[in-house]
Amino acid sequence: MVAIIDYGVGNLFSLNASLNKIGQQACITNDINVINQASHIILPGVGAFSDAAKLLSASNMDKVLMNNKKPILGICLGMQLLFEKSYEFGITDGLGLIPGEIVPLKGKIHQKIPHMGWNKLDITNPSPILNGMQDQFVYFVHSFYANTNNKYITSVVEYDIAVTATVQKDNIFGCQFHPEKSGEVGLRLLKYFCEYK
Amino acid sequence: MLSKRIIPCLDIRNGRVVKGTNFEGVRDVDDPVELARYYNNAGADELVFYDITASVEQRGLFTNILTKVASEIFIPLTVGGGINEVEDFERVLRCGADKVSVNSGAIKNKYLISNAAKKYGSQCIVLSIDAKRVDGKFKVCTMGGRTITDIDLIEWAKEGETLGAGEIVLNSIDTDGVKNGFDLPMLEQLCNAVKIPVIASGGAGTEQDFKILFEKVQGVDAGLAASIFHYKQVSIPNLKNYLSENGISVRL
Repeated sequence: MVAIIDYGVGNLFSLNASLNKIGQQACITNDINVINQASHIILPGVGAFSDAAKLLSASNMDKVLMNNKKPILGICLGMQLLFEKSYEFGITDGLGLIPGEIVPLKGKIHQKIPHMGWNKLDITNPSPILNGMQDQFVYFVHSFYANTNNKYITSVVEYDIAVTATVQKDNIFGCQFHPEKSGEVGLRLLKYFCEYK
Repeated sequence: MLSKRIIPCLDIRNGRVVKGTNFEGVRDVDDPVELARYYNNAGADELVFYDITASVEQRGLFTNILTKVASEIFIPLTVGGGINEVEDFERVLRCGADKVSVNSGAIKNKYLISNAAKKYGSQCIVLSIDAKRVDGKFKVCTMGGRTITDIDLIEWAKEGETLGAGEIVLNSIDTDGVKNGFDLPMLEQLCNAVKIPVIASGGAGTEQDFKILFEKVQGVDAGLAASIFHYKQVSIPNLKNYLSENGISVRL
C-alpha cells in the first residue's frame, strides 16, 4: 500500500486515481499507523513552500518523514520540501533529506515564468524510476527549482538553463513535474517507484 | 524547451458535448467521457471542459462527468463555465480539475481572480477572454460574443495578469467558427502585452492554421479547437506529426 501524505496541501484526486489506474492500493492519510504499514510514501504538494512547510510540521508529518526508511517520492512542491531550504518568500527550512536548496527561475531565464507545459526529459544519471524515459515529455508547473549537487540530479529539462526534473538520494526520490498529469509516461514513473525496493 | 500544446475543447451542456458556429445553433456531438478518452489516446496535451449548462440543478451532471474523466485521463484538465465565486473553484477542483477558467464571472468581479489565486495558486487560474474588433480596437465580449463591452482586451488581459491569472485563453469572436485560421493580429497584440502563457482559440480549420499560428505568433503557447477535432476534420496525431515535420516542437 502506498501512503499519500495528507497535510492539507493541494488536490490529491488525480494522484490517488493514477495509483488506482496502475493497480496500486493507495491511501490518503496523515495517520502514523497507516504510514507505518505502507510500503511506499508519496509526498505531494502545490502552492507556496513556506505554507506547506508549516502545515507539514503542524501535522507532525515532518518528523515522520525525517525518521522514515521507506522509499519516498516527493512530487512538485513535495519534491522541493525534501531539500534543506527554499528562497520562496524569504528563507524557509525544508526536510533536509537531500542536500540543496530551492531557488527562483526568475533572473536566470528569459522564457515565461511559471515554467508551465510539456518539456523533454534528459537523463543525467540512471534512476530506477526513469527506465526508458530519455526524451519523453512530462508536464511541469513551477516557478522555483532545485539547485543541488549533480550527483543527486537524475534528469533535467532545457528551459534556457538545465532545470532539475528528477532527483534521487538512496531511497528518496523527487520529481519536479506532475507524473499524475504526464500521461502514460507519468503512470510508468509511478509504477516504477511503487516497484522499487 | 516547452512543446506547443494542442488542446481540444469540449463544450458540455446537460451532460453532452456540443459545438456550434459562432456559438449559435449548438448541436450534440458525442459523449464527453468517450471523447475525453479518444483525445487522450490521440495525444491531446490538455483537455478543456466548458460547462454551458444553463440551470444550476443540472450542474451535478457535469461534476459527475468530470469525476469520471479525471479518474481515467491523466493529462491536465481545465474547467470553465458558471464560475462566479471562489466556491465554484472548489466544486470543480474537488472533482479532479487542475485549472479553472473564469470569463464573465471575473468581468463582474475582478477580485474573483485574486481571491482564487491566493487560495489555489496562479497556476490554477485561467482567464478566458472573448474579444471582437470594434472600430479598429479589440473589445471584450460577454454572453458568448453577443454582448460587446467597453473593456479593452489588452487592458483587461494585463489587469488579469496582475491580479494573479496564470494563463490566458483568447477566443476571437471574429474568427470563431469560421475555420479560416486563428486571429493572428489579435493574438500578436496580446502576446506582446502579457508574460503569462497564451492559448489561441477561435478559427482553426486545417492543420496549416496551427502551423501558421505557431510560426507567426511565437509567443503563443497552445492552440485550442473544438469542432474540427470532434468531427475528425483534423486528427490530433496527424496534426502533431505535421507540426513536428515543420520544425515546431510538439509532444509526440
